[in-house]
Amino acid sequence: MRLFNLLLPVVMLLGIAAHAQSPTKYGVGRTPSAEEITAWDIAIAPTGDELPAGSGTADLGAQLFLEKGCAGCHGTNGTDGLAPRLVKRDVGILENPWGYGRILPIRSPYATTVWDYINRGMPLGAEGTLSPDEVYSITAYLLYLNDVITDDQMVLNQDTLPKIKMPNQDNWAQVPDWFPNQPRLQDYPF
Amino acid sequence: MGSKKQNRREFLKQGAAIAGGAAIGAASKSASAQLEGPERYIHGSDDMVAYGSRSRFVTSERIPHGGRHSPDTFGLDFHIATPLQDQYGVITPSSLFYMGTTRGSYLPDIDPEKHRLMIHGLVDNPLLFTMDELKRLPSVTRMHFVECAGNRANSRMTSVQETHGMTSNAEWTGVLLSTLLEEAGVKEGAEWIVAEGIEEVKGASSIPMTKAMDDCLLCYAMNGEPVRPQQGFPLRLLVPGFEGIFNVKWLRRIKVVDQYYMTYNDYGHLTQDPATAALGYQIGPKSVIVHPSGGMQLPGTGYYQVSGLAWSGGGKVDRVEVTTDGGQTWFDAEIRGEPQAMAHTLFAFDWEWDGSECELQSRCIDELGQVQPSRQEIGEFWNTPPGERIRVRGQDNSIQPWRIHADGSVHNAII
Ligand code: HEC
Repeated sequence: MRLFNLLLPVVMLLGIAAHAQSPTKYGVGRTPSAEEITAWDIAIAPTGDELPAGSGTADLGAQLFLEKGCAGCHGTNGTDGLAPRLVKRDVGILENPWGYGRILPIRSPYATTVWDYINRGMPLGAEGTLSPDEVYSITAYLLYLNDVITDDQMVLNQDTLPKIKMPNQDNWAQVPDWFPNQPRLQDYPF
Repeated sequence: MGSKKQNRREFLKQGAAIAGGAAIGAASKSASAQLEGPERYIHGSDDMVAYGSRSRFVTSERIPHGGRHSPDTFGLDFHIATPLQDQYGVITPSSLFYMGTTRGSYLPDIDPEKHRLMIHGLVDNPLLFTMDELKRLPSVTRMHFVECAGNRANSRMTSVQETHGMTSNAEWTGVLLSTLLEEAGVKEGAEWIVAEGIEEVKGASSIPMTKAMDDCLLCYAMNGEPVRPQQGFPLRLLVPGFEGIFNVKWLRRIKVVDQYYMTYNDYGHLTQDPATAALGYQIGPKSVIVHPSGGMQLPGTGYYQVSGLAWSGGGKVDRVEVTTDGGQTWFDAEIRGEPQAMAHTLFAFDWEWDGSECELQSRCIDELGQVQPSRQEIGEFWNTPPGERIRVRGQDNSIQPWRIHADGSVHNAII
C-alpha cells in the first residue's frame, strides 16, 4: 500500500499521457470527470470510505422521521405502518440478535448499510432528496430505536458511523471464494 | 409496368374483401368436396402488421408468486411466476419471463438515449458509455437461465408454475463484463465489483471478481429484441448460474472495489450458516417434469411423452434421469438439443401409463458430477431426525415428485 502510494503520482502522469491516444483497446466510451464519479458514487463500504462530510443525532432524527414522511409509511414508531417494520420485535434481549428479525437497523452487520440504503432508497417516492446531515440523523434515530446506540445526542459522522458495533457484526456467514467449475459446496454431493 | 402491377394488386385486394365477406357464414355447404377453411379470420390492421400478437385462444399468463400481490399497495412489483406448464422448448417468451425484484420495485421507464453506464473504482481508466457505444463493443449471444432464490416448492403448491415458475431462460446478447473490465484496466487488490441499478432503491449486489471476469454479461437484448423493461431495459447484468438477485437490472454503474460491500441486496441474502450461504450462491443441479405436472389430467392409459427442463448453476447438464415408480428405478431421459452452460435444457422420456397410481420424478446430474437430491437425501445428509421437517438449505434444488392418481389427475406429492 505504501509503495503503491509512492508510485501513484507516476502512474497518474503516465495515465494522463496515455489518455491522449486512448488507453483502451477499443477506444469506445469517454472518461468521466471526477465530479461525475463523485455524483454517481453512492455505494458506501463497510469501512465508510465514501461517507460524505456531515453529522447528525438521533434526537434530530426523531423529528426528521416525521417531517420527511417516513412515519407515514413505516408508522409513527416505525412499527405499525404498511411499509416494513423498522424496529426489532419486542422479545427482550436475545443471545442471538438474529432472532430480532430481518430488520435492517438491527440485523445489518454494519451501520454503513443502513446509511447507504436510506440515502439511496428512502423516502420512497422522493429517494435521493435527503442531505447527508439528514441521513446521519435518521440513521442515528433508527439505531437508537433498536438500542444499538443508547445516547440520542451521540454525533454520527463519517468517523463515528463506521465504528458503531452492530450486534451482528461478527455473526454472519461469508460466501465461499468462488472459482469457475467448482461444486457449490465442498464435500456436498448435491 | 408499375401501374399495371398496382392495378392488379388493387383488384385482388378488393376481390379478397368481397370474397372474405361472402365466405363467412356461407361456407357451411360447399359444392365441391374441399375441406372448409377456417371459421373466421383475424382482421388485418396496421397494428397487427407492425407488431404481431398471439392467438386469442392462447391465454397463458404469469401469476403473482409467494402470496404477495404485484403490484402491491405501494405499486411495487415483487415476484411474478412464469407459466412453465404452457412452455414449449427452452426459450421463455420475453412477455412471460418470470420477474423478481428485491422486496419490490417500480418499473423504470428509461430512455436509452439518455442511459449511461459508468465503470469506475479500482481501475486505471474509469469509463462512461452510452448504449450505442456499448453496442459497438464485441458482443456475445448466449443462452442462460435466471432463477430467483424464492423458487422454493412446498406441499401446498398445486402447479409447476407455483413450484418452479420463478426461473426462465432466454437467449441473451450483450458485452462480456470481462471486456469492459479489461478496457477499464483492473487494479491490483480489486477483488469485487458492485453492480448497481437505477430503480428507486438503486439495487446493488457485490459480485466476486473471479465471476465478473469469467462469464458475466451486460445484456441489451434478449430473445432477439431489446431486453424488456421488466428484465432491465435498456441494460441488465447477467451472472450465469448465480441466484437471481445478482442479475442487476436497469444497470447503470459498475464499481470495482477491494472488499465485499454489504449492500442492501447482500445484506438481504445473509444467513448465519456457512453451508446455507454457499448453497444460496451458485445454483445447484435442478430439474422438473413439466409434462405431466400438477393440475394436469391424463385422458387415459397409453403413451405419454414425459418432458421437462433441467439446469445447473455449475455448468452444463450432463444427464437427466426419470423415475415413474417414485424413485425405485431410474431411466436415462433423452436430452433434446445441445446442453449449454447455465441454461435450461430440455429432456424427454417415452412412457406408457398402465392406469395405476404412480409417481413421476426427474433428477439432473451436471457436468461437475453434482446430483439433484430428493428431500429425503437432503434430510439424511444434514442428519435431520426422522419426523422433523426437512429444511432445504440455500437454493431449493430438491427433486419434484408428481403423483398420478388412478383417475389420471396429477398432484404435487411433496410431503
Ligand atoms: C411511500 C412510503 C415510504 C416512505 C415515505 C418511506 N418508506 Fe421506507 N420503505 C418503504 C417500503 C415499501 C419499503 C420496502 C420496499 C423495498 O424494500 O423495496 C421500505 C424500506 C425501508 C427500509 C428497509 C427496511 C428493512 O428492514 O429492510 C428502511 C430502513 C426504510 N424504509 C427507512 C425509511 C426512512 C428513514 C424513511 C424516511 C426518510 C422512509 N423509509 C420513507 C416505504 C416507504
